[in-house]
Amino acid sequence: MTRITNEIYLPGLRQPAPMPDGLDAPFWEGTLKSEIRVQKCLSCETHQWGPEWMCHSCNSMDIEWVVLESACRIYSWQRPHHPVHSALKDRGPYIIVVVEFPQADGLRMVGNLLGDSMQDVVIGSQVTPVFEQHLEATPPYALLQWEVA
Amino acid sequence: MSDTYNLRGKVAIAGVGETTYYKHGQSPDPEFKLVLKAILAACRDAGISPKEIDGFCSYSDDRNDPPRLANALGIPELRYSNMQWTSGGGGAAAAVQNAAGAIMSGSARVVVAYRGLAQGQFGRFGRSGGSKPVSGQAAYLLPFGMMSAAQMYAMRTTRLLHDHNIDRSTMRSIALTCYHHAQNNPRAIMRGRTLDDETYDASRWITEPFRLYDCCLENDGAAAMIVVSTDYAKELRDSPVLLLGAQQSGGHRSGAWAENPTDYVTSSFKPAAKYLYEQAGVKPEDVDVVQSYENFTGGVVMSLIEHGLCTYENANEILTFENLRADGGSLPLNTSGGNLAECYMHGLGLQIEAVRQIRGDSSNQVKNAQVALANAGPMVAVASTAIYGSEEALG
Ligand SMILES: [Zn+2]
Repeated sequence: MTRITNEIYLPGLRQPAPMPDGLDAPFWEGTLKSEIRVQKCLSCETHQWGPEWMCHSCNSMDIEWVVLESACRIYSWQRPHHPVHSALKDRGPYIIVVVEFPQADGLRMVGNLLGDSMQDVVIGSQVTPVFEQHLEATPPYALLQWEVA
Repeated sequence: MSDTYNLRGKVAIAGVGETTYYKHGQSPDPEFKLVLKAILAACRDAGISPKEIDGFCSYSDDRNDPPRLANALGIPELRYSNMQWTSGGGGAAAAVQNAAGAIMSGSARVVVAYRGLAQGQFGRFGRSGGSKPVSGQAAYLLPFGMMSAAQMYAMRTTRLLHDHNIDRSTMRSIALTCYHHAQNNPRAIMRGRTLDDETYDASRWITEPFRLYDCCLENDGAAAMIVVSTDYAKELRDSPVLLLGAQQSGGHRSGAWAENPTDYVTSSFKPAAKYLYEQAGVKPEDVDVVQSYENFTGGVVMSLIEHGLCTYENANEILTFENLRADGGSLPLNTSGGNLAECYMHGLGLQIEAVRQIRGDSSNQVKNAQVALANAGPMVAVASTAIYGSEEALG
């Protein structure tokens, strides 16, 4: 299940912008449409993340963007306690996870694990996407977050 | 040794030097002046004039560029101006390696490998203020509160503990060992500050699984090493310290963004180890003392395993304070106090300590040390590692 929220998990951090050369614009357009878009090679069908101009497997430059099904699980995690940014000074601990998509060549993405900041995090747990929309930002964007399924 | 490798014993470290090491932001001198002081100290140690230098090697986008250094030092000919790209301090051994390449090819005659760091002046790696939008890899990390160096390597360590049943006590032993060694080292920032199990266990989380004492310091200072041919080194010093091998190392897609390296739970030393020992003509069991870069203790555990100095299976038994200490341990580690307790000079201090061990003048001298290994940068996209030895080690 996919969820959309306007609740900001970590307010005040720097906002993302597509790369000036356009490489990852489809990803950021996708999150605003609640889609997880990643690269897939048209020649050898390898999924690729982060984005690059070339398929790392066969070196083809014919790459398309595909929408991933949401099935994925926690690959690793950390719980920061020390504030690394002034906006986090009074935030307290929070959770960052790496999630992996076994059906897409094991590619991984980084996001926050929503919910109780002190929850037990179990590697291998199924998680579902939450699109955290920042529609008042200039320009608007959405972050891909996660919660335990 | 294979004919493929011809570095072994051809170049030597003629001199080493560093400035006073300062706590973060406390250097009375600006960074560039610190580098000049370190180079002068290394030249004095080598017994050469700074005017003999004709090459410079550094790493990690060092801000103190060779053209300005050569200008300041009044060097007659600048023949080699070199930078190794990596993240963190992964290039400390690579700078020595590049210097060695320049010497062996005849591109230069006296090369200084150096690193300057005034974090008070310029800010720490990964400390991210500002409010401008970020793009590229940063856009996949910063909005999620992932921006500090500790955060970049925490999740690999989580996976190390999970996949290989490594006990957290291995990380504690490494921290305790570094602080123990710092107590005898007059250069060490943490001299006079001891660390015990209880203090470590009670220390605050920076980011789980790293506690405060798992993390490197923030410091100001500079360090330099003078690299010359072994022939020239013998004119300068009776028994020079030889470079036996040096290797840079990154695995398949080790630089892939947002936690996508193919092999995730790695210090990045798997490719290096197989070349390093063959180059050096030694085996892991020949290594008398190890300087293993601690950005974070979990990375040291991975590094020691990937260098063949222990295994995933026996790491919990081998990596104890008793085994890691210079006075009587079977695997003496970070005998200067390292990045945790001597100074965080992005690892050049660890290379220098390896040289001191072979000379026999470390403040935590390992008896009859003939072979010393010093690595740099675990978990970064490109790490580097080197083995130093005495003439006796050449056999
Ligand atoms: Zn392909």
